[in-house]
Amino acid sequence: MLAAQQRPRLIDERGLRTDGRRPDELRPIRIELGVLKNADGSAIFEMGNTKVIAAVYGPKEMHPRHMALPDRTVLRVRYHMTPFSTDERKNPAPSRREIELSKVIREALESAILTELFPRATIDVFMEVLQADAGTRLVSLMAASMALADAGIPMRDLIAGVAVGKADEVLVLDLNEAEDMWGGADMPIAMMPSLNKVVLFQLNGTMTPEELRQALELAKKGIAEIYQLEKKAIKEKFVEVS
Amino acid sequence: MSATSDRLQTIVSNVKKASILKALERGVRLDNRKPDEYRPLSITLGYAKKADGSALVKLGDTMVLAGTKLEMDEPFPDTPNQGNLMVNVELLPLAYETFEPGPPDENAIELARVVDRSLRDSKAVDLSKLVIIPGKKVWSLWVDVYVLDFAGNVMDASTIAAVAAIYNTKLPKVEVNGEEVKVLTERTDVTPLAYPVVTLTAAKIGNFVVIDPNLEEESIADAKLSISYTPDMRIVGIQKSLGGAIKLEEIPQIEEVTRKAASRLFSELKNTFGIA
Repeated sequence: MLAAQQRPRLIDERGLRTDGRRPDELRPIRIELGVLKNADGSAIFEMGNTKVIAAVYGPKEMHPRHMALPDRTVLRVRYHMTPFSTDERKNPAPSRREIELSKVIREALESAILTELFPRATIDVFMEVLQADAGTRLVSLMAASMALADAGIPMRDLIAGVAVGKADEVLVLDLNEAEDMWGGADMPIAMMPSLNKVVLFQLNGTMTPEELRQALELAKKGIAEIYQLEKKAIKEKFVEVS
Repeated sequence: MSATSDRLQTIVSNVKKASILKALERGVRLDNRKPDEYRPLSITLGYAKKADGSALVKLGDTMVLAGTKLEMDEPFPDTPNQGNLMVNVELLPLAYETFEPGPPDENAIELARVVDRSLRDSKAVDLSKLVIIPGKKVWSLWVDVYVLDFAGNVMDASTIAAVAAIYNTKLPKVEVNGEEVKVLTERTDVTPLAYPVVTLTAAKIGNFVVIDPNLEEESIADAKLSISYTPDMRIVGIQKSLGGAIKLEEIPQIEEVTRKAASRLFSELKNTFGIA
């Protein structure tokens, strides 16, 4: 049982992490667009052992009509973990955590999508976590961003995000599960990189104001790397089409 | 599923946005506050007599009542030397015209989880004080935060109310005989609060930043940033909310403003209300 485990050493004598990465190194990333036939847009986003599939339906007419907004699109967003995505089976009913994360992901997507272009309409965004190994909210958000691009929905920018945390008091980029569980902080942050704007930002655990500033710099570097991979995935998909 | 909604009816307040922005250009707010000024705070400890601890908090027109209840329980297997902490927030139908009865919605759940994380990660609640027999019997501390009047920045008010109610909670005296525990009616003077924690919310409206937004300001804000602090000014929680974005380099600037306000709030909690 995990609970019985002792807190492991997170940084070894060479300064490397439990999975052999340097503190400022990302996990391997794989992005695939257009993975579902029925959805208007879809994507699978993998970061290390975390894997999320996202699908987009819309813009389409809003039902029930009284829920429609006269000046913008209603975004309906669901972040959900499959019961087999975790070490111990997760109850499929939405948890309070999933309800909170659905909200912060929706708000992040709202800052990117040009919702004012489709008044009275709705766009549905569904994310299913297939493998959870730290960073699921950000990988879900990025999968959603890629699926929205795949659906051709107008956006200000793609979204790229990464978590910065503390492992044995060292600031580390892109937490793995051990660092998430045993580390001193978890700061997920997502941006529209070209606009230099933050769309999702949270912190669990503790940091000094100085550590926060260093963590933001580290995150910015990781986000820039991820953004290049996202753009590459989109170009590859549309090279294929033409 | 989380859906875009217009529960604060922002279409109407779009008309107001221009006048709020115009005032901010002159460095003032429509309620005459400066951008970094908190609204008047009042705290009434022990407001709900049947609760084990309670606090009625007014922050401007925002009113929040928090009450605690202690229940004897078993500890979680992985934390035999800790009691349990549970935080719940309710946005009552009596607090705002468009709020409806029912289980907590995403807004109430987010509030509760931010308060919970701030209390937990800061170690402001000393869970070891809630142990009766290690590994066998502990107190579960239930903190229920009831929003009575929804007039902006319910986030900060909820943290203050939770902290004040926990501070007001005095553990009962118990008699332990082997594994038998008898709870006496008398109270000890032990409170589970080790030190207070505060949450400071800043709202970004256009190019301006204000702290402790009132309802009008909140309804037109692009984004909010809530940052929690301990008295030694460690950051113990951050939550960005609302569907707008914040420039990366604005974050350290906002954090400096909220940190200064947190420091003033800790002084007020200590000097005016005796919570330290």
